[in-house]
Amino acid sequence: MKPDAGTTLSRNPQLNAAGQLTHLLTLEGLPPAIITQILDTADPFVSIGEREVKKVPLLRGKAIFNLFFENSTRTRTTFEIAAKRLSADVINLNIGASSTSKGETLLDTVDNLVAMNADMFVVRHSQSGAPHLIAAHLNATGRTHVHVVNAGDGRHAHPSQGLLDLYTIRHFKREFRALSVAIVGDVLHSRVARSLIHGLTTLGTPDVRVIAPATLLPAEVESLGVRAYHDMRRGLAGCDVIVMLRLQNERMKGALLPSPGEFFKHYGLTPDKLALAKPDAIVMHPGPMNRGVEIDSAVADGARSVILPQVTFGIAVRMAVMSIIAGN
Amino acid sequence: MPSRPAEPLPDAEAALATLAERMSSRVPHDAAFVGIYSGGAWLAERLARIVPGEHAVGFIDVSFYRDDYSRAGLKPNARRTDIKFEVDGASIVLVDDVLYTGRSVRAAINELFDFGRPARIDLAVLVDRGGRELPIEATYVAARLVVPDDRSIVLSRGDDGRLALSLEPA
Amino acid sequence: MKIEIANGRIVDPANGVDRVASLFIAAGRVAGVGTPPAGWSANRTLDARGLVVAPGLVDAAARLREPGLEHKATLESEMEAAIAGGVTSLACPPDTDPPLDEPGLVEMLKHRARMLNRANVYPVGALTLGLDGEVLTEMSELAEAGCVAFSQGDRPLVDTQVLMRAMQYARTFGHRVWLRPEDPYLSRGGVAHEGEVATRLGLPAIPAIAETIALSTILSLVRRTGVSMHLCRLSSAEGVAMLRTAKAEGLPVSADVAIHHLHLCDVDVGWFDTQAHLRPPLRGDRDRDALRRAVADGTIDVICSDHAPVDDDAKQLPFGEAEPGATGLELLLPLTLKWARECEVTLADALARITSRPAAILGIPAGTLSVGAAADVCVFDADADWRLERRALVSQGKNTPFLGHELVGRVRWTLVAGDVVYER
Repeated sequence: MKPDAGTTLSRNPQLNAAGQLTHLLTLEGLPPAIITQILDTADPFVSIGEREVKKVPLLRGKAIFNLFFENSTRTRTTFEIAAKRLSADVINLNIGASSTSKGETLLDTVDNLVAMNADMFVVRHSQSGAPHLIAAHLNATGRTHVHVVNAGDGRHAHPSQGLLDLYTIRHFKREFRALSVAIVGDVLHSRVARSLIHGLTTLGTPDVRVIAPATLLPAEVESLGVRAYHDMRRGLAGCDVIVMLRLQNERMKGALLPSPGEFFKHYGLTPDKLALAKPDAIVMHPGPMNRGVEIDSAVADGARSVILPQVTFGIAVRMAVMSIIAGN
Repeated sequence: MPSRPAEPLPDAEAALATLAERMSSRVPHDAAFVGIYSGGAWLAERLARIVPGEHAVGFIDVSFYRDDYSRAGLKPNARRTDIKFEVDGASIVLVDDVLYTGRSVRAAINELFDFGRPARIDLAVLVDRGGRELPIEATYVAARLVVPDDRSIVLSRGDDGRLALSLEPA
Repeated sequence: MKIEIANGRIVDPANGVDRVASLFIAAGRVAGVGTPPAGWSANRTLDARGLVVAPGLVDAAARLREPGLEHKATLESEMEAAIAGGVTSLACPPDTDPPLDEPGLVEMLKHRARMLNRANVYPVGALTLGLDGEVLTEMSELAEAGCVAFSQGDRPLVDTQVLMRAMQYARTFGHRVWLRPEDPYLSRGGVAHEGEVATRLGLPAIPAIAETIALSTILSLVRRTGVSMHLCRLSSAEGVAMLRTAKAEGLPVSADVAIHHLHLCDVDVGWFDTQAHLRPPLRGDRDRDALRRAVADGTIDVICSDHAPVDDDAKQLPFGEAEPGATGLELLLPLTLKWARECEVTLADALARITSRPAAILGIPAGTLSVGAAADVCVFDADADWRLERRALVSQGKNTPFLGHELVGRVRWTLVAGDVVYER
């Protein structure tokens, strides 16, 4: 209906006029070449963590503001380490305690920080679409030199996590086009799942599965390009990669599940269920893990778990994202 | 030393032999050869085999240390810098194919210093084309050329491993 | 003041008129259609050649934000918006602050509107005190003060016993009840239509069954009580199907749809565009198509603007936090014409949906150009192209998903009770 409805959806707000990445808001709609570029760039950054001086001067003099409206020590710390390894100045803003609770709007906060010469915002927010709002505002007010990285918005997207998951899979499995990947758990509320699904389908993964009870799958989930399973044993059969999602306690309150125990019985990853996947299947988890709820300790600490490498790769991938974006 | 005109380009293999010969009597016996990707990397590998002595080989990618990031963004295809020897107290010969403005060498030196404090760094290049923008000179040079600004000198390696020099549009 | 609107195409759906002729107005009423009254001489002539002369539009739902929500809009600004859109009569929902649950509030609102001498305002009163869904309002007193029907606005009424009794009471005295069918539990926390788009965008969803479950309850109670029921802002294909069945059964129901839902669907949310954050949400394209067909075949009786001015601050927030609503008074005409063109509906039929039929549902003497009727007239250029920009809007609410769109159809003159109150 809109005269430019087609272009509104296809004019990707993350790309500048030259088609280069200028914000990282979501993996949805990113050309595969750009996703591949980020993964390739992350490669050399992995080894920097092994050096004496774990820094490169790329973002020296740049000010990166961590705008975390939702608490997360893990993700914020990873971004902070990544930014500092790029020699950037990092400022952490604990928003809950500050201005927005006094009634300052999100965009006012952003404008104030831009006036303090912010070069990049790493934003985590409980509302889907908050980073898009910020990026649109920056674009509309001509501040195209300020970049936004989405560190997780509501249920919508966690693109840097999706990228590090893709990097991990590529590291251990090489070729996406031959893989079966299963994502297990609370897909309905999971931005991690959505981002990973977009990344996998964009890179040509033929068999992406989601495994969850009906209460934890979003409507028309198969429109994302996945097959839905309620039976974990059937869903894991022959898989190369298993990604376990974190289950949050609030889900019991919303009448979505009766108890963690019953969830573990049907959807927890135990050694016997893992045996249904391929013998060399890898096990991933975005963290932090709920042992005994979504994953058995034997599996989490077992030979097929790549959960710890995910963390290392996470820093390198975030360094890659920030250095690509900040240069465009 | 007077510069030869650009045409014709010297034969790369011959130039490599010249470079090795100039280095042989003078490089420390245990100097490490660190090549700047990609041309310098190929040269470092070959030199380590030809030049007498025990020469560890390392490879350096200067993408993250360049000075043109703000202007031009991150260059694609960055490779992994691979320095396996101890940089502290080492004698290092940085190896590159073409020395021009000197900025790549500056970046490489900065990167090396993030690994440790070398005892000395020398520079070996196949071709010096002048046009320096920084106070950097090579210790060992095989050939000096003048080339128009709109041209690049490119070192390539064939499937058989043979090196060749060519002139490409910049 | 004698006004002659000369040589326009008079389209009066109530009287089956559609011809080029002149309209004669005297003493605030229509004095002649085509033929001037005896001894006619006009004080003023409006040259309506090439224009359509229609009854002033009747908008079944326009929020004026008074009392209480004046930072969003005032009676002054929104009444100006109404006549700029050719709307001469409008019904406003009761969910103001305080809600219209007391005759004093209704009287004051009507008084303020009369003093402004713009469009006619017909308040829809609150069905329960405070809209809290517990205690019935004094419907007779409110009707005497000017309420044309009783409604819960956007507030749910879950206690089915109270709902049934409210309907029984209204029925006793012949009052109409207007309800927007939405189950508050199934819509709890939701901000977008449950479907592919909400799944991709990670937005909490409102399934279509939130509408159909509520509709089912309402229709059962209508069957039981016999109350005249007007269903507000239908949004789903399944809802339309239920309405069709109810009408076929002969239940005393009518329905309206908001102009936005005739044109847009959930895909128009794009990348979290809060201009498309509406309540009920924009549903799928299947739903939109069903709504369009339903208006064309009369299953849905009325198109309304669902005018809801929202201040900019309330829209410049993440989608889930933004306030739903869009400005609509000035878009009712062009968007109705657009629907008519696309669905191959005649101009007369299209105008009926925004003149005679809403007037019938409100039970007011409006929406016609019969001789003797109040001279509420909308003269418009059906072919005028214009671009919708913020500064073109008279309303204080500048938020609409149609910003930047090219629209066709623009009001030239609006007359209320024989006075030219707007001209462009």
